[in-house]
Amino acid sequence: MKLTVWTYEGPPHVGAMRVATGMHGLHLVLHAPQGDTYADLLFTMIERRGSRPPVTYTTFQARDLGADTANLFRSACRDAWERFRPAAMIVGASCTAELIQDDPGGLAESLGLPVPVVALELPSYSRKENFGTDETFLRLVRALARPVARTQAVTANLIGPVALGFRHRDDVAEVTRLLSGMGVGVNAVAPMGATPADLARLGAAHFNVLMYPEHAEAAARWMERELGQPYTRVVPVGVGATRDFLQEVGRIAGLPVRADESCLRLPWWSRSVDSTYLTGKRVFVFGDGTHAIAAARIARDEMGFDVVGLGCYNREMARAVRAVAAAHGLEALVTDDYLEVEAAIAAAAPELILGTQMERHIGKRLGIPCAVISAPVHVQDFPARYAPQMGWEGANVIFDSWVHPLVMGLEEHLLTMFREDFEFHDGAGPSHLGAGSHGPGGPPGPLAAAVGPASPAPARAAPAPVSSAVAAWLPAAEDELRKIPFFVRAKARRNTERFAAERGLAAIGVDTLYEAKAHYAR
Amino acid sequence: MTDPRPLAAGRGCRDTPVLKQRGQREVFCGLTGIIWLHRKMQDAFFLVVGSRTCAHLLQSAAGVMIFAEPRFATAVLEEKDLAGLADANAELDREVGRLLARRPDIRRLFLVGSCPSEVIKLDLQRAAERLNRQHAPHVAVLNWSGSGIETTFTEGEDACLAAMVPGLPSASGRSLIVAGALPDVVEDQMQRLLAGLGVGPVGLLPARRADGAPPVGPGTVVALAQPFLGETLAALERRGARALLAPFPFGEEGTTAWLAAIAGAFGVSAERFDAVTAAPRARARRAVAAAAGPLAGRTVFFFPDSQLEVPLARFLTRECGMRAVEVGTPYLHRGILGPDLELLAPGPVISEGQDVDLQLDRARAARPDLTVCGLGLANPMEAEGLATKWAIELVFTPVHFYDQAGDLAGLFARPLRRGGLLGGLAGGVMGGAPAGAAP
Repeated sequence: MKLTVWTYEGPPHVGAMRVATGMHGLHLVLHAPQGDTYADLLFTMIERRGSRPPVTYTTFQARDLGADTANLFRSACRDAWERFRPAAMIVGASCTAELIQDDPGGLAESLGLPVPVVALELPSYSRKENFGTDETFLRLVRALARPVARTQAVTANLIGPVALGFRHRDDVAEVTRLLSGMGVGVNAVAPMGATPADLARLGAAHFNVLMYPEHAEAAARWMERELGQPYTRVVPVGVGATRDFLQEVGRIAGLPVRADESCLRLPWWSRSVDSTYLTGKRVFVFGDGTHAIAAARIARDEMGFDVVGLGCYNREMARAVRAVAAAHGLEALVTDDYLEVEAAIAAAAPELILGTQMERHIGKRLGIPCAVISAPVHVQDFPARYAPQMGWEGANVIFDSWVHPLVMGLEEHLLTMFREDFEFHDGAGPSHLGAGSHGPGGPPGPLAAAVGPASPAPARAAPAPVSSAVAAWLPAAEDELRKIPFFVRAKARRNTERFAAERGLAAIGVDTLYEAKAHYAR
Repeated sequence: MTDPRPLAAGRGCRDTPVLKQRGQREVFCGLTGIIWLHRKMQDAFFLVVGSRTCAHLLQSAAGVMIFAEPRFATAVLEEKDLAGLADANAELDREVGRLLARRPDIRRLFLVGSCPSEVIKLDLQRAAERLNRQHAPHVAVLNWSGSGIETTFTEGEDACLAAMVPGLPSASGRSLIVAGALPDVVEDQMQRLLAGLGVGPVGLLPARRADGAPPVGPGTVVALAQPFLGETLAALERRGARALLAPFPFGEEGTTAWLAAIAGAFGVSAERFDAVTAAPRARARRAVAAAAGPLAGRTVFFFPDSQLEVPLARFLTRECGMRAVEVGTPYLHRGILGPDLELLAPGPVISEGQDVDLQLDRARAARPDLTVCGLGLANPMEAEGLATKWAIELVFTPVHFYDQAGDLAGLFARPLRRGGLLGGLAGGVMGGAPAGAAP
C-alpha cells in the first residue's frame, strides 16, 4: 500500500483512453465499475472536447458481481459496435475489472465482430497512465500495421501525440512544418487524428519521428524491427534540440539540412540586454522525462539559467534523466510522490520552477514562480492560441512562458532599491501579473518553517516542530533580512541559520548574516 | 401562509410510472462526496483504501485540485496487497499509524471502501474496529464504502453519515436533527430561522467537529436537508428517531414547506411562523423573480446525477416557470421524495438509473432549452447546440433556503443568458456551424 494524495499519472486504462480519444474510427470498450466514467470529464472539460470520448464502460454494480459480469461485457461490446460502427475496437479492463478476471479480449473475440478487436493488458496495480498510452499504441500498431511499399517521396510518421497531451496539437503542426522545410512529407500522424486505416499504412513512411517517447517508444521500436523504419531519438524542444533533430532527420533521410530560422526569436531575445537579469537564475526542473530533459538543456544553454534540480515522475525515463542530471552536476529526483518533490524544491530554493501543474501549486505555496513544461495537464494548458513547445515557434513560446512569471529586468532592481515603498514592495508581486498575483511576501506556507534539508518529506503534512537548534534572530538582523530580495530570502535565512548552528551561536545579528553570506558566496 | 401557486392536480408525479433502463451509467461513485465532506468535517480524515483510479478520481472530480492540505488520501493497493489480505491489513495499520502520528489534529478517521477493496473482500469494518481499539479515545475510526459498485455519487455521503449514527450519544428529551452536509453559511442561516421559530435543541449531522455530534433518541425528529440520505434516515429511525417528510428546502416554496413541517412537529404557532418567515419569503420571491426571467416558458431535461433532480425540477417548474421534459435520477426514494413528487405537475418522464446512450437520444429528440447533466456530457451537448448546466455545481454551491433561492435560479439561468450574449458568435463570416469545438 502506498499513501497517495495527488498523483502525476492516472491508471493505465486512462492511457488507453487517451489513445482512443485521439484517434478517429476507433472505439474502446472498458470493463469497469460504475463511477469510472469520471475519466470522460478529463477530455470534455480539461481539453474542452466537443464530443464524448469513444469509450463504452460496462459500469457494473454489486448486484452484477453475483450474476454475470461477463455477459454484461459482451452485451456492452455488441451494443457499442451496433451504435458507433467503429473501424476497429480495443477492449480492456480497469483496476476493479482486472480483479474479476473476465477476460475482455476473449469475450470480445467470441462475438465475432466484423472489425479488428485488439485486447489490452493494463496491469493497474503495477503500472500507470503513460504505460497505458505506450502499450495501447503498441498493441494497435502490432495488430494493424502491415508491411507496405514506401511512398515515392520521402515521408515520415509523426508518432506519439495523444489526447490530453501537453501542447500535442500544436507540436504536430510545428514538426510538420520543420519536416516540410527539409522536403519530408508526413505519411501519418498517430495516434492523434489517425484512423485504423492510417495505422495499417504506417509502413509506407521512410522513418518515424518519435515525438513523445512516453507514448510511442514501444511502437517505434516495433516498427523499426518489423517494418524496417528507423526512428528519431532527438525530441525537438528548444533551439539546440531542434537543430539536432534536423541533423538527425537529414542523416536518416539522406537529405541536406534545410531550415528557415527567420521566425526564431529566442536566441536574440535571450541575448538582448534586458535578458541579462536572467543570468544564473536558479531553476528547478520537474516533469515527464522527455520534457524535463529538454527543459534542462534550454534552461542552461539557451536562457543562461542555473539548473539546481532536475527530475521526472515517470520511472520509465529514470535512466535518461539521471544521465542528464549528472551532466548538470546534479542527482536526479525520480519520484511520483509530490511531497518529495515539494521538499526537494523547498530545499533547493530556486527562483523559478519549470514543472507541471503539481509544481505550479507547490510554487504557489512556497511563493516561487512556476512555468508549466509538461503533463499532467490542466485546463490552462489548452490555450486557444497556437502555443507549441517544439520547433522554432515552440522555442519562442517557451522563452515567453518561462520569463513571464519572473520579475522583469529593471523592476527587480527597483524592488531591491525601494524595498520600503508602501506599494512597490516585493509582497505586491510582479507588477505585470496584476493584483491577483501574490508575491511571496504574503503569509508563509507551513513549508517556510518546516522544510529544511534535514526534515524528511512525510513531516510536511503536519505543522512540524521547528528545530530547537535554530538560533534566535535579533530584530536588526530580521530587518536586514527583509531587505534581501524575496526569492533568495528563504535561502539566506536557512544558510544563516545553518552557519549559526555550525558555530553554536545562540543569536543571529546583522554581522552573522553577512558572515554567512560571505561564507556561502558562490 | 397564503400561497399563490396552485397545487398540482391530485398527486402530481407521485404515481407516475418510472422509466428504468439498464446500460452505461454516466455517474460518479460515492467517493466523490469526500470532496465536500472533508471540508465540512474539519477534524476528520478520509482514507480511501483503493486504487490509483480512486486517487485520480478524487483529484479530477471537482475539476480543480484543492491543494490546500487535503484531509483525504488514498492508500493505493499494490500487487503484493492483492496476494495476501493479512499483509494488506498489516500495511493498512502501518499507514494509519503514520498518518495519525503526522496529524494529531485528526479526531475522526474514516476508512473508505472502494471497488477494489470490496472485490478483494478487504474487511474494513473489522479493520476500523481493530484500529479504533488502538487509537481510542483520541481518534474514532469508522468505515463506510464509497465504491461505485455500491454507491452512486451522493450515496457516499449517505453511507458516511449512516456510519456515524450508531456512535451518536443518546438523547432523552425532544430534539431536532437536520441531516445533510450544508455549506457553513447556509447552515447558519437555517439555525437562525429555527431559533426564530423557537425550535430546539437542533443537532447537525454531520457536525463540524467530533464533539458536536448530535444526541439522538425516541424524542428526536429528523429533517433531511438533502434527499439522498435514505440509509442515514433508516439508521436514525433505528435509534428511535422519527422522520419528518417534507418538500426539500430549495426555493421559497420548498423552504417554507420544509420549515412548516418542522414547525408543525414542534407546535409553533401560525402567527410566529408567519412573523419569522414573512420577510425572508418575500425576499426569496423577489430574488427568484429577478433571476428567473430567462427560464420562464423554457424546457428542462435532467440527466441522473445527485438525487436532487426531483426537488430541483419542482423548484424550476413551480417557481421559475419552466417545463420539465424528463427528470432522471440515479435512485428514486419514493418515501423521501414523495412530497416533492406530489408537487411536480404530471408531464415529465420520470426515469431512474440510466442507459446513457438511449437517454442522449431522448434529449436530442426533445431538444430541451436546458439540459442538466454531468461534466462528461456537458461540452458534447453544447457542441450539439444544447445549453447545459453542470449538475455537480448544485452540490458544491450554497443553494438551500430562502436567501439562496435567487442564486439557485441564477445557476440555471446563467447558461441561457450566456447563450443570448454570445449569439453573435454563431456561424462565422462564411456562415455554417460554430467553429472551435474539437471533434
